Amino acid sequence: MNVLDLMSGFIVELRNAGIPVSLTENLDAMTAVKEIPLEDREAFKYALAATLVKSHNHWRAFETIFEVYFSLRGPEYAIVGDGSDGRGDAPAPQPGRPGDGSGAGGGLDGLTPEEIAQMLMQALMNGDQAMMRALARQAVQRFAGMEPGRPVGGTYYLYRTLRNLDLDAMMDKLMQASRDGADEGLTPLEERLERDEFQGRIEEFKQEVEAEIRRRLVADRGPEAMAKTLRKPLPEDVEFMHASRDEMQNLKKALGPLTRKLAARLARKRRHGRRGPLDFRNTVRHSLSYGGVPADPKFKFPRPAKPELMVVADISGSVAAFARFTLMLVYAIQGQFSKVRSFVFIDGIDEVTDYFKSTEDVAEAIHRVNTEADVVWVDGHSDYGHAFEVFWERHGRDINAKTTVLLLGDARNNYHATQSWVVKEIRKRCRHVYWLNPEPRSYWNTGDSVVGEYGAHTDGVFECRNLRQLEAFVEKLA
Amino acid sequence: MPDPFSSVQSVREGLQSVDYLADEGIAGVVYLARRLGKPVLVEGPAGTGKTQLAKSVAELSGARLIRLQCYEGLDESKALYEWNYKKQLLRIQADKSSDSWTQVHDDIFSEEFLLTRPLLEAISSEDPVVLLIDEVDRVEIETEALLLEVLSEYQVSIPELGTIRAKQVPMVFLTSNNTRELSEALKRRCLFLHVDYPDLEREKQIVLTKVPDISQSLADQVARIVRSIRQLDLKKAPSVSETLDWARTLVLLGIDEIDAKDAKETLHILLKYQTDIAKAAKELSAER
Repeated sequence: MNVLDLMSGFIVELRNAGIPVSLTENLDAMTAVKEIPLEDREAFKYALAATLVKSHNHWRAFETIFEVYFSLRGPEYAIVGDGSDGRGDAPAPQPGRPGDGSGAGGGLDGLTPEEIAQMLMQALMNGDQAMMRALARQAVQRFAGMEPGRPVGGTYYLYRTLRNLDLDAMMDKLMQASRDGADEGLTPLEERLERDEFQGRIEEFKQEVEAEIRRRLVADRGPEAMAKTLRKPLPEDVEFMHASRDEMQNLKKALGPLTRKLAARLARKRRHGRRGPLDFRNTVRHSLSYGGVPADPKFKFPRPAKPELMVVADISGSVAAFARFTLMLVYAIQGQFSKVRSFVFIDGIDEVTDYFKSTEDVAEAIHRVNTEADVVWVDGHSDYGHAFEVFWERHGRDINAKTTVLLLGDARNNYHATQSWVVKEIRKRCRHVYWLNPEPRSYWNTGDSVVGEYGAHTDGVFECRNLRQLEAFVEKLA
Repeated sequence: MPDPFSSVQSVREGLQSVDYLADEGIAGVVYLARRLGKPVLVEGPAGTGKTQLAKSVAELSGARLIRLQCYEGLDESKALYEWNYKKQLLRIQADKSSDSWTQVHDDIFSEEFLLTRPLLEAISSEDPVVLLIDEVDRVEIETEALLLEVLSEYQVSIPELGTIRAKQVPMVFLTSNNTRELSEALKRRCLFLHVDYPDLEREKQIVLTKVPDISQSLADQVARIVRSIRQLDLKKAPSVSETLDWARTLVLLGIDEIDAKDAKETLHILLKYQTDIAKAAKELSAER
């Protein structure tokens, strides 16, 4: 496969993964490639990234696809090397057959697992990257048990390899060794630093293993098939309900800049929309002095809408993440609202506004919500009906014409009574009621979901499956 | 002196010679920008050396740095060019009688009456320049359009005068703190470079280069503590410039080895929010 074919396949895959690549960017990449030799893989990667990926959020997706398409091209694939950085000039050997080179990577075949573990520990201790890479390869070859054509994902092999290496125990051993190495033990600060250091290295090693597995799978299946199995949604498209722990981390990271942007945008909007609507009466009155021609339009004083917001969120099981993100987003832009109150429920309901007031750290507040709020009434299964009823009893009178009420949840009511009259009453009294549902629209009203019944009494039910949709909604709201 | 832009490696070494420690990505993009003649959009957290990169490249290539600081309300007359009205007026009044109208007209719209602003200046300059458009995310999205012609064609069209083309292609750096999404049109015209917090080794090198009289071991410790702090969930992670401030403080205080107490007492230099400081202090001294 020549570079041109590879590049066009690569770009198609980027687009498939959701990264927008325009034609000009494509051309730029082609020109850039001419300037930088494929052999210098790192530089090559950055050249492609600079021309094709214009948002940092897309970096991870790009990196994965790059690995898939170009990992077999570089000499790094070989376990040969000149010792120092593992980059030799030897041709890439066939997958499944380790390099027969000398230096750091060579001669690992004959070792026992204990010796491998010992060497790995040494490498981690000294931060010897070449050694770590060689060991990662050896470990994959030895423990993963990869068979060509076997239809299992990379995670399976990763699990098998890591289980055999037992990195958690390795961590303890490393800490112990460094404690022994110090003359009078470690201070807590030093201990903490050492731990972070080793954790970083182990993480690096894990990535090395993962990369190796991926390389072998690509060699086995070809880049197209592999890229397809690795395709992951971009952070803003990850669904709240199905995010893995890793994706959750990324979501959290993406939320920070996103709220900052949103707040800046809203503040700007507010500053610029300084004019109020046309004051018709005033304009007509002034038109008299121009002989009835409304030459001098008059405007009302601007009254920027600063709604009071009441967020009522289901925090049971699968929708908890969604509630958390919405609360975080709402509190991050609370300057846009005159007042924000929040309530959480499962089958009982509790007000959590104070948690957010007492600290400026939203993450901590959320943690307190999860641990301290009194939201369980009977059995800890969602009961929207009861929660709404109690909400109406306790806080119904606080709702006034300025209030916007946000109801968050999947409306999976476990076949309890819906008490949808509460929503109807709320709507009579407040400015708007909106329902945000983290489930895909096609799942609504299936099984025990009664979102339709509640939705009939609201001003709109919105699908908020990912950050993108949530952001769009909140912007509209403020 | 050999051309510092002949390869990625030489760019990297060149930048190092002017005290800017670039990683592979930064050097690669700078090299590419030079080769393809494209602007670079540098994005990343505050205080990671985005602006410094432009300055260092200018120093390396011996070019003059022209800086356009962006702010809300920036317009054509501040960024591109402006007619010198007073001078034009004087010219008209100077000899009312002699010239015909067309002659005066041609005359007052000539380069003599043009006030160049940074963008035009960068383009019309004879000697090599580096143009730095700082914090481009601060201008409104409509104002971005002003930049597009300069960035893609390296020319400025002035209706009365015609098009002024660049005599040489300047290197252009745009920086953004990512407070808003830049327009697709702008992004498409640029190479994109995300500058993140440096890794341990690079940060240590930066500390060693920028803080004189610091010992190896202290620099190492500083870098490691900062890395640990960055891993916490903070409102504002310490930037490179704050790391440097901290390292300087420690040197001034005559501290050779940081213990938990010193760290706690000087944390306010590294972190700017009370909650962050409290959290970091707790984390650093906690027995685990």
